Amino acid sequence: MSAAAAEVSVGTELPPLTVHVDRETLVRYAGASGDFNPIHWNPAFAASVGLPGVIAHGMFTMATAIRVVTDWLGDPSRLIDYGVRFTRPVVVTDAAGSLDHDGADIEITGKVGAIDPAAGTARVDLTATFDGQTVLGKARATVRL
Amino acid sequence: MDASFVGRRFPLPGSYAVGVEKIREFADAVGETAPIHHDRAAARAAGFADVVAPPTFSFAVINRTQEVVLFDPELGLDYSRVVHGDQSFSYHRPIVAGDELTCVMEIEQIRNVAGNDMITLRADITGADGEPVVTGRAMLVSRAAETSERPEDHGSREPAGSTTGSSG
Repeated sequence: MSAAAAEVSVGTELPPLTVHVDRETLVRYAGASGDFNPIHWNPAFAASVGLPGVIAHGMFTMATAIRVVTDWLGDPSRLIDYGVRFTRPVVVTDAAGSLDHDGADIEITGKVGAIDPAAGTARVDLTATFDGQTVLGKARATVRL
Repeated sequence: MDASFVGRRFPLPGSYAVGVEKIREFADAVGETAPIHHDRAAARAAGFADVVAPPTFSFAVINRTQEVVLFDPELGLDYSRVVHGDQSFSYHRPIVAGDELTCVMEIEQIRNVAGNDMITLRADITGADGEPVVTGRAMLVSRAAETSERPEDHGSREPAGSTTGSSG
């Protein structure tokens, strides 16, 4: 699916997305991105630096949130800019004594917040929620329509 | 942190050679399933030279450069307490497999807010032709040691929209 300019107006909602994250997700992301900070895989280390547990890479959450836009656009070259603030950690649990993966769900929504007809662009405002609280602030992408 | 580092520029040693499998691995890791990230023929049919990197792939390039900056002992940053405050990208063109990228990172700002060291970094990623590919900007926070911190404060210290991040 791709966004056609004629169908887009302020308030247009993009299809939402829920992403399940477990420790394996974080290990994969660490390898893919090269960010091996132990706060993202070592519970004892995370606790030693005052974190509530192993937390997801903020960049993983950022990469996940933009999927709402890339799925909608269909063409990444139409993405002009993208920025977020990381406001709360996504704590990724692992059930003690269990072989089951536990983890966290991140819910992403996107809505067209503004359109610039002269430039042929739209601003998409994104939300990312974990455990009922937003984890990204000012998450915005500008796209070419 | 040593504030005299503001304005200092750190190049990525050598260059970053973007490979097909690295793009596929990254796309898998972040759940980007579109064929242009995985299938060379699909990417070429869509007008790209080769498989296309997802939008935040440039962080892999930035991260490698960032480590040069953050691990400089003279900067005096406690990396063990660093979390990501914010991040933005301006895209000039998509990254594709076969790109030979260079990156220069500049320290734009260093400040201390309520005991937290905050550093703002700009990364200019350039293609082999010298043309800009992505400009990244990040604010990283080295959190103050929690000597006066209560356990229940964890994870709820920073309200949404604050400038102090907490997500690594």
